[in-house]
Amino acid sequence: MAAINTNNQNQTDYRSKTRRFVIGGLFIAAAIVIFLFFARGSEAGAVTNFSMVPGGSPMTWDDWIFPTRNFLSVLSAFCLMVGAYQIARGFGNWTNAALSVVVGIFMFSFLSWAASGGSMNLGGLLRITIIRAVPLTLGAMSGILCERSGVINIAIEGMMLSAAFTSTVVASLTNLWLGMLAGILTGALMAWVHAVLSIKYKINQIISGTVINIFSTGMTSFLSQKFIQKVDYQYLNEPGMFAQLEFPLLSKIPVIGPILFHHNIYIFLMFILVAVLTVALFQTRWGLRLRAAGEHPKAADTLGINVNRTRYMAVILGGMMAGFAGTYFTLGSSGRFDEVMTAGRGFIGLAAMIFGNWHPVGALGAGLLFGFFDTLAVRASILNVPIPSEFLQMTPYIATMVVLAGVVGRSRAPAAEGVPYEKESL
Amino acid sequence: MTKENQSEEKKPNSFQIFLEELQHSPRVVTILAILTGIVLGGVLAAVTSLDFYAAFAISPWEGILTGLEIAWNTYAALFTGSVGDIGRISDALAGGNEAEIRRAFFPFFESLVQTVPYLFGGLAVAVGFRSGLFNIGVEGQIFIGAITSVWAGYFFKGLSPIIHVPLTLFFGALGGALWGFIPGLLKAKTGAHEVINTIMMNYVAFRLSEFMLRGPIKDPTEFTPKSPWIEDSAKFFRFFGDPIRFHLGFFVALGIAFLMYWLLFKTTWGFELRTVGSNPRAARYAGMNNVAVTIIAMSLSGALAGMAGANEIMGVNFRLMPAFSSGYGFDSIALALLGKNHPFGVALSALLFGFLRNGARQMQLRAGIPIDIISILQAIILAFIAAPAIIRTIYRLKEPNYEEEGVKLTGWGGQ
Repeated sequence: MAAINTNNQNQTDYRSKTRRFVIGGLFIAAAIVIFLFFARGSEAGAVTNFSMVPGGSPMTWDDWIFPTRNFLSVLSAFCLMVGAYQIARGFGNWTNAALSVVVGIFMFSFLSWAASGGSMNLGGLLRITIIRAVPLTLGAMSGILCERSGVINIAIEGMMLSAAFTSTVVASLTNLWLGMLAGILTGALMAWVHAVLSIKYKINQIISGTVINIFSTGMTSFLSQKFIQKVDYQYLNEPGMFAQLEFPLLSKIPVIGPILFHHNIYIFLMFILVAVLTVALFQTRWGLRLRAAGEHPKAADTLGINVNRTRYMAVILGGMMAGFAGTYFTLGSSGRFDEVMTAGRGFIGLAAMIFGNWHPVGALGAGLLFGFFDTLAVRASILNVPIPSEFLQMTPYIATMVVLAGVVGRSRAPAAEGVPYEKESL
Repeated sequence: MTKENQSEEKKPNSFQIFLEELQHSPRVVTILAILTGIVLGGVLAAVTSLDFYAAFAISPWEGILTGLEIAWNTYAALFTGSVGDIGRISDALAGGNEAEIRRAFFPFFESLVQTVPYLFGGLAVAVGFRSGLFNIGVEGQIFIGAITSVWAGYFFKGLSPIIHVPLTLFFGALGGALWGFIPGLLKAKTGAHEVINTIMMNYVAFRLSEFMLRGPIKDPTEFTPKSPWIEDSAKFFRFFGDPIRFHLGFFVALGIAFLMYWLLFKTTWGFELRTVGSNPRAARYAGMNNVAVTIIAMSLSGALAGMAGANEIMGVNFRLMPAFSSGYGFDSIALALLGKNHPFGVALSALLFGFLRNGARQMQLRAGIPIDIISILQAIILAFIAAPAIIRTIYRLKEPNYEEEGVKLTGWGGQ
């Protein structure tokens, strides 16, 4: 029932006239910016040279070279058409898809403009974008699991951090797989604490999340200063890393092969988990029950769903997901533990969850977008663009605030989120 | 104690009545929460020490003794670090050497210096909670307040301290208020939850401060990103010579805390704010302007946080450097709840946190316990304060006679 409700609301959201006009206007604005700033902004005869081979890949093929101004003008015209259609007819349920296409084109135009007259390794940029999206997307999915069941989770950061720590120690002592398992279990443990505090003791879920965050930061820094940073215990901080895998055939596809199919296991698991979670949440009875607990717990209870047990399960699964994301930092990315190494990624994950409207596919899209900004910010120096890298890094946060405020396509939280469920006694 | 209880069960004396009353009092929970946190901290210090396990190998008794000794040493170092070495203080007083006296009293006053940002931050969170808003963005507001106040501190030259000090503090408050105003406005006008927005604003503030330090307010003569020093006229007056850094900001903070008490509990506006916080529907029905109250409360909360940043600039650092606030904002949440969101309670818990934090530094040096143990303590205390039922279960306390004061906040779904 709750699901039907949400769908109805989403549909009415997209079909409302103002929203249609706002989004259509946004598309046209994008078209204008692309034309005036990016197309006209690059020099008349300049060409953009994109190298499509990520660094370190054994394969080679030609760079992608095109005249900047003409190509961007075409893209701008395309955006203009999309915008006109949106205003005239509206894309209905495909609005989000159209929005992401336009955002993608906008980003691409920006890059073309930035690279015009020089060359840029677009393949490498995209590949790193995907890598950087991993902790954000996984973190967002942890949030989705918890929050769809009605429990706010701002403790993603803390869960990831503590999982990163235990996975490092266990992996150093045993092997990578056990390390990963230890991380996942640590996430589950943290989530269990969160669940007990917020479901059993009914304390405010945001405060409970803050407790987990403060505790995790303190505990990991404490233990790491006390032990693994010391020379005598260095052996505890050498977990190693998961190797890069190549898909047998797919990685040989020109251009997208090395970008998509030559990664370590985390990247593949991320895509699999997005698919699994989408199906599980929206196509199975299990998912319907979970969402019912978050949308209308009273109705769910009437129909015989044990609301609190559902929430416990969802929060612990979410913790396992965050734990898995945490192990990525050590076993998939850096191969060692450093204090506060998650550096706010859990909160960007939270942002990605909101930006993606509490949907796994949306979270992946948001993760990719935010990962892209992350990548750009690091490489801002190689772009000949007068935008300070700090402002690129701010973009995910500001974008989330804009979406949350409902300026462009509103993001809607599960209705009963943050409210402890109490059975009414007669 | 149990023996006493049994023998005198029939005739309750005043002591028993006192105990009975005590069991119902919410204050007891607060005190027990702190004590339990401290005990658990001691346990943590013991079990992460290798001496403990070495002694345990000899005999369990030996192990327990060693564990107690480690915990004792830890907290002895904490006490010396936060209050001072009693022997050294009395020696110095007897010796009469002024510099030595100052050095002996240094830890105590340093703890008071540490208290000030906590007091401002705690007040910021408390004002938010009182109006039903969770300001998790104190950290970011501190940064913005520091940026604006440092600018006011070095930009205006040749002013008298009587004008320049309040002006700089005002600029800090203004910066913080702006950072609180935006989420407040979004909450009131669009319903976007302030927790999400303040978290996002935090990170925007961090990046913005990095940018400002790299460019617009960077001291051109420095190689690393640092702001220029603020003018002498913008600095808070220091009461004693070096090394004591105890400054006027402490009393300013106390004054503001009193002002907040007056504002919240003695004015109509404060009543409206608390009503909107505890029952927004009733407030609307009574004709209060919820939108305005939300926006003003959030801005006020931000302004208080901004003053914390300004205070650190004007009283302690005199310039802005990267990573200048280290988690004051998040600790403030714990201490606001510990102080029951009452300005006087916040002042007391700010003192506690100030002494803990300052003492922890000495603890790190002397007992080899990383300073992060304080965060662990804070997390544990926060959990116990937020869930009094845990403490009541552990110590078999009776249920309170009246409903325990909690914070009332909306979930993200708006219910």
